[in-house]
Amino acid sequence: MYQYLVNSIDPYTMQILVNIGIGIILALGLNIITGLTGQLSLGHAAFMSVGAFAGALLTIKTGAPFYLTILLSGLITAAVAAAIGWPILRLTGDYLAICTLGFAEIVKVVFLNLEVTNKALGLTVPAPNTTLSMPVTVLIVVILVIIVSVFIENSRFGRALKAIRDDEIAAESMGINIARYKVQSFAVSAFMAGIGGCLYGHFLGYINPSDFGFLKSIDMLSMVVLGGLGSVPGVVFGASLLSAAPEFLRFMSQYRMLVYGALLVFLMVFRPNGLLGGIDFAALVLRKLGVKPRGAAHEKQGGH
Amino acid sequence: MFLQQLINGIALGSTYALIALGYTMVYGIISLINFAHGEIFMVGAFVGLLMVSYFKMNLFLAMACSMAFCMVLGVVIEFIAYRPLRKSSRLSALISAIGVSIFLSSLAMMVFGANAKGFPDSAFPSHQIHIGDADISTLQLLIISVSALLMLSLEFIVQKTKIGKAMRATSEDYNTAALMGINVNFVISFTFALGSALAAAGGVLVGVLFNSVSFNMGLMAGLKAFAAAVLGGIGSIPGAMLGGLLLGVAEVFGVAVGYSSYRDAIAFAILVLVLLVRPAGLLGQKIQKKV
Repeated sequence: MYQYLVNSIDPYTMQILVNIGIGIILALGLNIITGLTGQLSLGHAAFMSVGAFAGALLTIKTGAPFYLTILLSGLITAAVAAAIGWPILRLTGDYLAICTLGFAEIVKVVFLNLEVTNKALGLTVPAPNTTLSMPVTVLIVVILVIIVSVFIENSRFGRALKAIRDDEIAAESMGINIARYKVQSFAVSAFMAGIGGCLYGHFLGYINPSDFGFLKSIDMLSMVVLGGLGSVPGVVFGASLLSAAPEFLRFMSQYRMLVYGALLVFLMVFRPNGLLGGIDFAALVLRKLGVKPRGAAHEKQGGH
Repeated sequence: MFLQQLINGIALGSTYALIALGYTMVYGIISLINFAHGEIFMVGAFVGLLMVSYFKMNLFLAMACSMAFCMVLGVVIEFIAYRPLRKSSRLSALISAIGVSIFLSSLAMMVFGANAKGFPDSAFPSHQIHIGDADISTLQLLIISVSALLMLSLEFIVQKTKIGKAMRATSEDYNTAALMGINVNFVISFTFALGSALAAAGGVLVGVLFNSVSFNMGLMAGLKAFAAAVLGGIGSIPGAMLGGLLLGVAEVFGVAVGYSSYRDAIAFAILVLVLLVRPAGLLGQKIQKKV
């Protein structure tokens, strides 16, 4: 049945939809470290890169089942993030941001020089051998990532992260182990970026270290901030909009990136908290249903 | 050999320092990472190139025109893209800056095309001077001396003039400065103008040095200059100069000992290592957070 649905959509639309799906996975991942924990990461493309190459190499060298490959590349990326996060997450604010940026550039250059990643030529990724087709796999992962994000946001873990975002000193004095939570959220965030990267590589069939440069990190950050920092529906919306925007703007051909840049400025000037930032959707739905929202509705959103 | 590489490094590093100064001044005053700064550097290079090749100006006049143009550009960008966002979250302003950066680089690609352009040879007839076993071109000496001159003038403006005093006051405490009757909006515009002028001068010098000006030159130069600013301690003007020179010299020596394919990673590796030892940069002050 799925297959029938998949086949009824034309390949061009399908490609846009898969891109949107991958965009949502990546943006929700970044949202955990930047939106919930409040730590600006300017190098998230590096984790996507690690995930993409880990996934590609697992498929090429071991021929592991695709779903195992997705999981493993996420775990490898999370391990790399934890190893890097341990020293650099002691830095605060923009020093951390520039460190993540620097790290991303280093990863890119190292991958460009490694034999195993085929240097600057990049890797051709064989099509995964699966029963479900790629778009369906991406859809399932997107749904899982959304569920996990909502779950994290409302869990004890998520509340600790939000406390760190709002006031580190206050959070620390409440007994929250800041360093540990930061590294954990960094790892979870990278896990999602790794999965997104793995899917991206297998979907495109070709990956090159140069694809995961600063601009890719910026793309991801724009999705999160534009949609609404820390808000899962906002991030999903922002990621969908920005993943699709270059296609919708295609009719302007050469003016495309010009309009895209201007659009970012205008959207930020008119909606500084993001398009859907500051809206509590759970409370909104509850109110529509006639249920009086509990204390959660008064929680302040965004801004740090 | 050593002297040769050192001079190469200082010439490259002083252009990084010129760009880094703009980052650090803007950051010092409104805590914004101005990602459009690298593109201002690129625009500066293009304006200089236009002046030299179409209007047949000499290099110094072209540089002055380019600096004036970019001053206006910097002020306009601040007015349109950053001023409305001053009260909102810093990330919003950051995305706005990224929007400006994408806008400027795609505009440059449309206007000037995707290919790199070079300065005509007549722009600055360079010749070699032998000092010991080193060959130093007059172009490198020009770059070093122009950069030094600009940095000294900046230091003079910031330390000795009234507007410089206002800048320092604003960067120390925005609200108190406003209460003391400083026109904060004017000070911020002035800071953008100064920073953009320095970036434009850097753009022209880099354009002549590598004999190449292209729409995407702003990205890597901007990132490295930003790294230089953070390395020196962001917000600190001497820090930006020191950081720029250090990164330039390190990069040239790194390439000289055979790590040329790692060229772009050298600056960032040094940055990460230094930050791990000194989390606020080389000359940055550790700010004690009050509760």
